Amino acid sequence: MIHVHELTKRYGAIAAIDRIGFDVAPGEILGFLGPNGAGKTTTMRIVTGFVPATSGTVSVAGYDVFEHPLEVKRRIGYLPEQPPVYPELTVSEYLRFVGRIKGLARRALSAAVDRVLASCGLADVRGRRIGNLSKGYRQRVGLAQALIHDPPVLILDEPTVGLDPKQIIEVRELIRGLGGAHTVILSTHILPEVTATCQRVVIINEGRIVAVDTHAGLAARLRRSEKIRLTLTRAAADAEAVMRGLPHVLALGPESADGSGGRSWLVEAELGHDIREDLARCAVSRDWGLVELRPVTLSLEDVFLKLTADEAA
Amino acid sequence: MRLGGVRAIVALAAKEIRVATVSPILYVVAGVFLAIVGLFFSQIVTVASLQSVQMLRFQGALPQLNLTVLVFHPIFRNIHVILLLVIPLLTMRLLSEERKHKTVELLMTSPLTLTQIVAGKYLAALAIFAGLLALTGYMPILLAAWGAVDWPTVLSGYLGLLLVGGVYLAIGLLASSLTENQISAGIVTLGLILGFWVIGWAAITAETTTVQPVLEHLSINQHLDRFLKGLLDSASVVYTLSVTGFGLFLTHRVLDSGRWR
Repeated sequence: MIHVHELTKRYGAIAAIDRIGFDVAPGEILGFLGPNGAGKTTTMRIVTGFVPATSGTVSVAGYDVFEHPLEVKRRIGYLPEQPPVYPELTVSEYLRFVGRIKGLARRALSAAVDRVLASCGLADVRGRRIGNLSKGYRQRVGLAQALIHDPPVLILDEPTVGLDPKQIIEVRELIRGLGGAHTVILSTHILPEVTATCQRVVIINEGRIVAVDTHAGLAARLRRSEKIRLTLTRAAADAEAVMRGLPHVLALGPESADGSGGRSWLVEAELGHDIREDLARCAVSRDWGLVELRPVTLSLEDVFLKLTADEAA
Repeated sequence: MRLGGVRAIVALAAKEIRVATVSPILYVVAGVFLAIVGLFFSQIVTVASLQSVQMLRFQGALPQLNLTVLVFHPIFRNIHVILLLVIPLLTMRLLSEERKHKTVELLMTSPLTLTQIVAGKYLAALAIFAGLLALTGYMPILLAAWGAVDWPTVLSGYLGLLLVGGVYLAIGLLASSLTENQISAGIVTLGLILGFWVIGWAAITAETTTVQPVLEHLSINQHLDRFLKGLLDSASVVYTLSVTGFGLFLTHRVLDSGRWR
């Protein structure tokens, strides 16, 4: 649905993004993850046709953004970083205006406005001036604006910024619901957001793509050993030595205990060998007071830090 | 242009007018404009009636004195001067605000051409300005109750003000495209309009016969005067429309340039 190829944008000598390329399949929700200033917004602005690229190509639904900008713009709903609202207008006036400039027919307009008012939880404030609304509501008006013409492609730049936790959950659910019928690119610097909503992640740092994969795939790719966290309440003096002696164990390091009164270790084993059963049998047979035994998976945060650290090295 | 294209322009213009009617600026500008014009009007009518009484007493030559010369020429020239203050206030926010509130991202990622955006903005400003001018229509109507108003000449004067105002609005829109600061846009507009006037003054004082006609043609005052006299000169219509078109073209170029991105 969306193809980005060798995309570069330079501001003078500085490359905001450098030869970025990725594809988004129809109906997919793609997370665009990176720290502030990584080039997420720049990429999105190029895909939506707001900013021209220095080089490279972008196509949306088969149309090249630079050759056929209007065809692309008709198919995209875009929520910029800052919701593009007119504080003077009421919510429904604003949404009608956006519908009209997006080319909605007069007959379809009222129905479209009612639909997005309902789906974005704005029905109660439809008659209020946008300038008098809270930031959370404005953000939702921005989202409603992107959805008004029911575009096949949605580009959402940090859609949950400024929302309270309940609203964040609502918006994430809304976005998840958009997948399938819509192709979505969503940018964020909040890691759980990607886990919560996206099927695939593009990690970007300093204008370059660091990784493109599913969340699980990324975590698996970076795992160089099986890690297990273990806590014992009555560990014998020789416990460490005994555990080190178990087959496939590579390393053993003390971990900070979680306050349950025992001592914790991080046990690393060879990739592809599950040693939990051996560890458990060993601990129970020696009566070490086994209270915790769980595999440690990398959080997206670890993935991100690891990838960007690898990049820097 | 396709029908859909016109609809988008109308939608843009309607939004602009709606936004303007919410802000107090429009009402303040309209109020002050009408108050000043009203003051001038009462002054000029008083002076005109004194003059005509004197003329009648000394010369008995009323026929060549009429309301057009005694009242409408001075009042329209005064309105023209007040435009220097009114136009920047009407145009300064048109594009600056879009940029400042980042709503320009919405416009530029919607299926709109830059021509539609410029046209929508300009037509909204023109409609508001035309509305302000129309509100001064009470003057000829009032005078028609007491004297013979030469309607074709009055309407030609209004057309002249509309066309000249149209030039200034295009200049104002251009200035507004150059900065996200409304005040700067307003001051630049004021400066540019004054610049046009300076050309006119230079035309009056120019000595050489080669430069003088050129300056005179470029002088907006000369063209306005023709409209005030009831002369619908095609050269003046073409002049005002082409300067307006040039201003809008430059605005289009500015929007197209990297400045906005």
